[in-house]
Amino acid sequence: MEQIPVSPAARTLHISIFRHNPQDPASEPHLQTFELEEADTMTLFIALNELREKQDPTLQFDFVCRAGICGSCGMIINGRPGLACRTLTRDLPEQITLAPLPAFELIGDLSVNTGKWMRGMSERLETWVHRQDLAQVDIDRLEQAMEPELAEQIYELERCIECGCCVAACGTAQMREEFVGAVGLNQITRFQLDPRDERDDADFYELVGDDTGVFGCMTLLGCEDMCPKDLPLATQIAFLRRKMVAVGY
Amino acid sequence: MQIIYTDVLVIGGGLAGQRAAIGAKRRGHEVIVLSLVPAKRSHSAAAQGGMQASLGNCIGGSGDNEDVHFTDTVRGSDWGADQQVVRMFAHTAPKAIRELAAWGVPWNRVERGSREITVDGKKKTITESGEAHGLITSRNFGGTQKWRACYVSDGTGHAMLYTMSNQAIAAGIPVHERMEAIALIHEGARCQGAIVRNLITGEVLAYVAKATCIATGGFGRIYRVSTNAIINEGIGAAIALETGAATLGNMEAIQFHPTGIFPAGILVTEGCRGDGGLLLDGAEHRFMPDYEPEKTELASRDVVSRRMEEHIAAGHGVKSRFGEHLWLDIRLLGRDHINTKLREVKEICQYFLGVDPVKDLIPVRPAQHYSMGGIRTDHRGESPQLRGLFSVGEAACWDMHGFNRLGGNSVAETVVAGMIVGDTIADFCDSPEGAVTLSTSLVEAFGKREQQRLAAITDGGGSESAFELTRLMQQTMTDNVGIFRHADRLEEAVATLQSLQQRSRNLGLRNKVAGANPELVAAYRLQGMLKLAQCVAFGALQRTESRGAHFRADHPRRDDLNWMCRTLASWPDARGDLPTLTYEPLDIMTMEIPPGWRGYGAKDYIEHPDTARRQQQIDEILANVQGDDRYARQEALMPFRHLLPDELRRNNQRLGEQ
Repeated sequence: MEQIPVSPAARTLHISIFRHNPQDPASEPHLQTFELEEADTMTLFIALNELREKQDPTLQFDFVCRAGICGSCGMIINGRPGLACRTLTRDLPEQITLAPLPAFELIGDLSVNTGKWMRGMSERLETWVHRQDLAQVDIDRLEQAMEPELAEQIYELERCIECGCCVAACGTAQMREEFVGAVGLNQITRFQLDPRDERDDADFYELVGDDTGVFGCMTLLGCEDMCPKDLPLATQIAFLRRKMVAVGY
Repeated sequence: MQIIYTDVLVIGGGLAGQRAAIGAKRRGHEVIVLSLVPAKRSHSAAAQGGMQASLGNCIGGSGDNEDVHFTDTVRGSDWGADQQVVRMFAHTAPKAIRELAAWGVPWNRVERGSREITVDGKKKTITESGEAHGLITSRNFGGTQKWRACYVSDGTGHAMLYTMSNQAIAAGIPVHERMEAIALIHEGARCQGAIVRNLITGEVLAYVAKATCIATGGFGRIYRVSTNAIINEGIGAAIALETGAATLGNMEAIQFHPTGIFPAGILVTEGCRGDGGLLLDGAEHRFMPDYEPEKTELASRDVVSRRMEEHIAAGHGVKSRFGEHLWLDIRLLGRDHINTKLREVKEICQYFLGVDPVKDLIPVRPAQHYSMGGIRTDHRGESPQLRGLFSVGEAACWDMHGFNRLGGNSVAETVVAGMIVGDTIADFCDSPEGAVTLSTSLVEAFGKREQQRLAAITDGGGSESAFELTRLMQQTMTDNVGIFRHADRLEEAVATLQSLQQRSRNLGLRNKVAGANPELVAAYRLQGMLKLAQCVAFGALQRTESRGAHFRADHPRRDDLNWMCRTLASWPDARGDLPTLTYEPLDIMTMEIPPGWRGYGAKDYIEHPDTARRQQQIDEILANVQGDDRYARQEALMPFRHLLPDELRRNNQRLGEQ
């Protein structure tokens, strides 16, 4: 493919990886550096798998779709949270440091339990359409109409893949374990926008109207800067805060 | 060993598994879902372009109904599907989409008025009616007569999976994440749960259940080049096969998607072509109309993939240092369309290829994409051999896809089958047969057997590397059991897989770390994957005809005379190195549509004498039906509603149709 620039000589990458296995009482957290010959169009997905297969079979990390859509492979790449599967090594210097996302329970090495965190957030914020007669919807009849533009606006907020990068980039989340993060607040705005959800602003206030919710945000904007899906997180939080202030008074 | 008891154990947390779980839970049964990964990361999320359901709201879909969807699906299957199951599916799909609409999926909607679209490389203006404004819209997809793929931009699967997962959370269904079922617990002809390994701690535990439902998706990772997520290793199908009792259907029916990006194999949706994108060759010539004048880029996937490979073999590919490929051109759709309706495609091109599809061509080549085969079930979703074992979605061979699946019919199958099978699971649990009859000692014995199997790998001191053998398996499948198949190559694949299986009995680990141990995971999965690969390769070798996605260069014609049947593979001898194949006949005399030409692809096939007999019978039956009520005409030919749960039997309302 002509579009992909060929590097004149393959680089040797020095990849330093945070290592720790909480299942092993003798394991101490440390950085381990591997050397790896770079290949064309190498992503961190390819690099990490090559390290595991050829150099250290104990290396733990998470990939599922390897296409940037499932949110499994969030990690700290040279100090910044991002999706490893779609990070090309050619965009990184020879020295690469990889660490697990902070704020989540460590499973081992680069693998963290974002699933448990996200499920907890969903249960707490009740991130589903609330409607009295949901089990009795007549699915034989024409569906309820919705304005095309509104459907697109809802999808815009629903593109979140719960990768955890916004939580890892959030000052509040590092200090306050109960903070629901931009991921949680964004989902509240998604359901608030959705006419199928019967909850009103007072109900949402109950869920996020304190400093574990929308008033915990310090507006450092790390979430929006680091969101791999470019969601307008800061705008959504600001919008939600204004609404919640109105309910609070 | 810890033993967890539940009414229903669902293995797999994608769309199919979660919808079945919700169905069983609604009927009052306790359900636990096991998932290798957080449920919202399941491979269902990767479905991009759309879900087929014959709503017929938009202008391109007008006139659509269950009959047209049924016909398209049967033709797509190359007459390999169970036509009653296809009817159940086509009838329930509109209900499934309307349920998801009520639950929160932000389906794209019809907008009244005129807009410009791209058809056959040219601009055209269409006008949507005011009456349809705000109803669910749909886009064009391959192998269909109508615009039927309902969509949410090109993140359809993601939106569906998030809504489904959130409803499962609302229903209080626990998902035990990072848990892998490594064996089924069964006694005689009855399955009652699974032995499960914790992928964080490495602990082995047992789940005992009245009903067990496998919803683990496909097994694309037995191939080197696949669009599938890396978790799609088919372990659910493998543990069913390893019971020695359950059968897998049509394993040789493997779909290759025309547009995997080259060389990574990541999918870009069929919606690209549905919305007007074109395939170009090395000379930037649009070649599909030369081969397929009727449907061009939108013939079924098996046909388009074959034509692409044929065109490359004829010397028209684009040469690159990774090998040859073709181009997908969506530039003509324009920036606005790409930025709103094909945004995931745009991101994938940007991140993995460094190209902007608004102004650049996308390098593509067919890649393994879907397993039509899987755990054979009856129309209720239950294994005919193991009572209490259900399967749903891509993991199953329910058999609505036959030898080729239409784009958008897989996500549709997940929710439709989930609705139906969730209900039959509940029926089973409510029946006297559903009672758990297993002794604790048998559960312990299964647990011990699995622990010993793992210990043999960990402590056996073998010399073979699981990573290396996996790579060899994937290479031989991609090289020898691909789009064009031939006896010589298939024999080579079967022999290679036999030798890999021998070598896999001597696996060793370089490390014995505490916890899940990724090397151990690769090792025990490999043994199951090799059996699946062998079912595919050996089944393909034995089937000496070409049907749907199974194309034999040495037997290029569809052979209805000898191969009007479904392949069933079982593995009765654990130490054996080949599956046992039997064949289940497909009876033309009960078909609503007897075999014929698909409307695209090869016109040349070997006919069965029953085809003419059945056609004559159909003509006579229809001549005796009074009036033109399409439901009555259908009912006279092949009744199916009695097979559905009561609440899914009613007609679907449409604009202009009550």
